[in-house]
Amino acid sequence: MTGGGAQYSEAFAALGGGGPPAWLADLRKAALAEFSTLGFPTTRNEDWHFTSVTPIAERTFRSAKPPSGAPPLTELLEAVTGDPAWPRAVFVNGSFDGSLSSLGGLPQGVRVNTLTAALKEEPEFMAAHLGKLATFDAQAFTAFNTAFAQDGLVVRVPRELKVPLPLHIIHVADAQAAGCMLHPRLLVMVEELAEFAIVESFVSFNGTEYFTNSVAEATVGNGARLHHYKVQRESREAFHVGTMQVAQGRSSLFHSFSYASGAALSRTNIYAKLLGEGAEVQLNGLYLIDGSQHADHQTFVEHIAPSCASRELYKGIVDGDAHGVFNGKVFVDPEAQKTDGKQSNHTLLLSPTARVDSKPQLEIFADDVKCTHGSTVGRLDEIALFYMKSRGIGAENARALLTYAFAAEVLETVELDALRDGLEHIAFQRFTHTDQR
Amino acid sequence: MSSSIESLVNREYQYGFVTDVESDTIEPGLNEDVVRLISSKKDEPQWLLDWRLKAFRRWQTMTEPHWPNLKYNPIDYQGARYYSAPKSVKPLQSLDEVDPELLATYKKLGISLTEQKMLAGVAVDAIFDSVSVGTTMKAELAKHGVVFCSFTEAVHDYPELIQKYLGSVVPYSDNFFAALNSAVFSDGSFCYVPKGVRCPIELSTYFRINAADTGQFERTLIVADEGAYVSYLEGCTAPKRSTNQLHAAVVELVALDRSSIKYSTVQNWYAGDKDGVGGIYNFVTKRGKALEDAKISWTQVETGSAITWKYPSVILQGDNSVGEFYSVAVVNNKQQADTGTKMIHIGKNTKSTIISKGISAGEGQNSYRGRVQMLPKATGSRNYTQCDSMLIGNKCGAHTFPYIEVANNSSTTEHEASTSKIGEDQIFYCKARGLSAEHAISLIVSGFCREVFKELPMEFALEAQQLLGITLEGSVG
Repeated sequence: MTGGGAQYSEAFAALGGGGPPAWLADLRKAALAEFSTLGFPTTRNEDWHFTSVTPIAERTFRSAKPPSGAPPLTELLEAVTGDPAWPRAVFVNGSFDGSLSSLGGLPQGVRVNTLTAALKEEPEFMAAHLGKLATFDAQAFTAFNTAFAQDGLVVRVPRELKVPLPLHIIHVADAQAAGCMLHPRLLVMVEELAEFAIVESFVSFNGTEYFTNSVAEATVGNGARLHHYKVQRESREAFHVGTMQVAQGRSSLFHSFSYASGAALSRTNIYAKLLGEGAEVQLNGLYLIDGSQHADHQTFVEHIAPSCASRELYKGIVDGDAHGVFNGKVFVDPEAQKTDGKQSNHTLLLSPTARVDSKPQLEIFADDVKCTHGSTVGRLDEIALFYMKSRGIGAENARALLTYAFAAEVLETVELDALRDGLEHIAFQRFTHTDQR
Repeated sequence: MSSSIESLVNREYQYGFVTDVESDTIEPGLNEDVVRLISSKKDEPQWLLDWRLKAFRRWQTMTEPHWPNLKYNPIDYQGARYYSAPKSVKPLQSLDEVDPELLATYKKLGISLTEQKMLAGVAVDAIFDSVSVGTTMKAELAKHGVVFCSFTEAVHDYPELIQKYLGSVVPYSDNFFAALNSAVFSDGSFCYVPKGVRCPIELSTYFRINAADTGQFERTLIVADEGAYVSYLEGCTAPKRSTNQLHAAVVELVALDRSSIKYSTVQNWYAGDKDGVGGIYNFVTKRGKALEDAKISWTQVETGSAITWKYPSVILQGDNSVGEFYSVAVVNNKQQADTGTKMIHIGKNTKSTIISKGISAGEGQNSYRGRVQMLPKATGSRNYTQCDSMLIGNKCGAHTFPYIEVANNSSTTEHEASTSKIGEDQIFYCKARGLSAEHAISLIVSGFCREVFKELPMEFALEAQQLLGITLEGSVG
C-alpha cells in the first residue's frame, strides 16, 4: 500500500508550497517526499503488526476549512474533563479559535503562540526546533503531519518557572470536519528547572468520520518537569493517530498519561529519549474500548544516559468486539549503565469476542541494569465476584466495581484533581452503562 | 569483570577436533539434480523424491528471513555441499563393526556408546554427518513395539507412517530453512511409540557435523500414538572449523490423544573463536502438535553455535492439551542467539508454560522471541511465561520480544521478564563464605538455571552443566 503522498499531492499543492519561510517549505517538501516513498504502513511493518491502517489509507481526506461557526463555550467546557478555570487554547477543526481560548491565566514569561504566529514572531526558534525531535525518517504519519500541519501551538516555559495551572489544549471536531484530515502540531520547550503541565483533549461535536494526525515534540531541560495528559475522546467514527517525541535533560522528569476511549481506530505513539543522567520518565495509560473500536499504544523509551529510570503502566479494558494493542519498547544503550526500567501492561477482557495483543519489548546493551516487564490478560476474578455477591452486592454492581478498581490504579497517577475526577466519573459511567455514548 | 569470569568466558572450545574418515561427498551446489542425486543415493521411493522436489521448487521462490535480531554474512547456498556420508559405513549389525576411529570420536566427546548403554540404559542412535552409524538397544525397544531408527531406514521399513506424518506439523512450505531442509535432508531419526506404550528407556541421538563445509540437514520425526509416552534426548557437539557451516534441521513431534512427548536438547555446536570467526549457523525449525489431552514438553540448553535461530513450538490443537518450553541459552564472545517458542492455543482448556533463561557474556547477543496465541475457540486456556536474562560483562546484550495475542476472554496469560547483572553482592556473599569467585558464579548461574535443569533427565542434566560454557556446580537434577 504505497503512494500515500500521491494521493495527497494535489492537496499539498493547494497549500501553496508550504512556506514561507523557505526552510519550512523545504522541510514540508522533504516530508511529503518521505511520505510518498513510505506510503501508509502495512501490517508487514513490525511497528504496525497488530494495527491495520487500511481504513485510513483507502480514504482520501480533504484539508479542513476554518469552521463557519464555533460551538458555544459552555457546551465545549462541559464536553471536556478538567477545570474551566485552566488557561486554554481551543482548536476547532484544526484551526485556532481565539474567541474560545483564554490564555490570560498563564504567568508572565510563558510564551504561547500559534504555529502561524510563532513562525512570524520567533522565526529563529522555530527554525532551530520545529521537526528536530519529531523526525519523519520511516515515520509515515509524522511525515504526513509535517507536510500538512497548518496550525498548532508553540509553548515555551522559561528557566525555573513553575507554572501553577496546566494549559488545556482542546481539539474539537464538529460536523463540518466530516471527511477532513486534521494535523495539529505542538512544540513545547520547558527550560531548566521549570515545571509545566499540559492537558490535551480531543473531543467531537456531532463529529462523524474524520482523521486526526497529531504530532507533538517536547524538550524537557535539565531538572525540569513536564506532565502531559492526553484525553482522546474523538468521535466513534473518527481515526486518530497521535505521536509525541520527547527529549529529556539531566535529572528531568517527563510524565505522560494517555486516556483513550474514542475513535474507531486510534494509535498513540510516545517516544522518550533519556539524554541526561538521572532523568526519569513515567508513561501511564488507560484505554477503554468496546463495539468494534481499535486502540493501540506504542511506547519507545531510549535509555541513552546512565542512571535513568523509566516506569510504564498501561491498562486496557476491552469489551464487545474491540481490539486493544500495546507495544512497549525499552532500549538500553551500552552507555546507559545503572538503568532502572519497569514496564507493565494489563488488560481486562469483558466479552468473549474482545481481543488483545501485547508486545512488551526489552533491548538491552548495558550490563549493570535492572529491567523488568510484565503483561497479563484475563477477565474479572470469579472468586472476587462471588465474594462480593455473598456480601449482598448485585452481580452488575460487583462487576462495575471490580472493573472500576482495575482502572483506578492508572487513574490515580493523574495529579490534576479536576481531570482525575472527571475521568473517574466517565469511566464509572461507562462501567455501569449509564453513559450516553 | 573479574579475571575468573573472563577466563571462563574465553575458554577454548574443548571438542574441536576433526575425525579423519574418508567421506562420500558430492560436489558443492544446489539444483534439482542434487535433490534427485540425494534421493537416489538413499534409494528413496518416488513419492519422497516428489515431495523433495516440491519443497525445492517452493524454496526457490522464498527469500531468506531477516527479521531475527541477528547479524551474519550472507550464506552461499550454492557453495555448500548437500550430501556427505562416511564411506566406511555400510549396513551394520553391531557396534563392533563401527569404524574404531568413529568410536574414538564419541569417546572424546564422553559418550562411549557401550558405556552409556550399560550405565544409563540409553539407546543411542549416533548420527555421524549424514548417515546413521550405529543403533543400540533395538531389541529391547522392539519388544515393546517401539520403532527407533534412522530416517532412511524408516522410509524403507515404515513408509506408511512416514508418508502419513512427514510434513504434517512442519509443512515443506513452512519457512525458508524448513523448505531447504525438506528438499535436501540427508538423514535423521524416526521414532514411533505404539498405542498405550510407555517407552522403557530414554531415546537419544547424538548429532555431529564432521566433514568440512557440509551443511547438515537433519530431519527428526517422533510420533507418540494414543496414550503413549516417550522421552527423547538430542545432544550436539561439533568439531572446530574456520568456515561457517549451516545447520538447518527440522524436528516434528506428533502427540496423539492422551500421549506425552518429552524432548530434551543440549546444543553445543562449534561457536566460532573469540573473534567470531567460524562457528555453526543453527537455523532449526522444531514444532510439535498436541492432540486431545496430549502433552509436549521441550527442554533445551543452548550453549553453542555462532548463530542460533530456533523456536521449538507447540500447536495445542486438542482440548486439554499441554505445552511446555524450558530453555537455557548461553552466548559469549560473538555468539548470537534468537530463540524462544510459540504456543498456539487452539483447543479448549489448553495450558502452556514457558520458562526461558538467557545468559549473555562477552559480546554475545541473546534474544528471547516468543509468541503466545489464544485463538477465539481456545476458551479456558492458560499461559504462564517467565523469561529472565543475566548479563555478565558490559559488552553483551539481552533482548526480549514477546508477542501475546489473546482473542477470547476466558483465557489468562501472564508474562514476566527481567534482565539484570550477575549479582555483585551475591558473589561477595559467597566469597565471604570461603567460595572462590569462579565457584560463586557457578553457583549463581546454576541457581539461575535451576528451573530448567530440573526438567532435564538426570544424565543429560549433568552433561548440560559441563557444556554450559561456564562451569556449574551445585544441586541439579
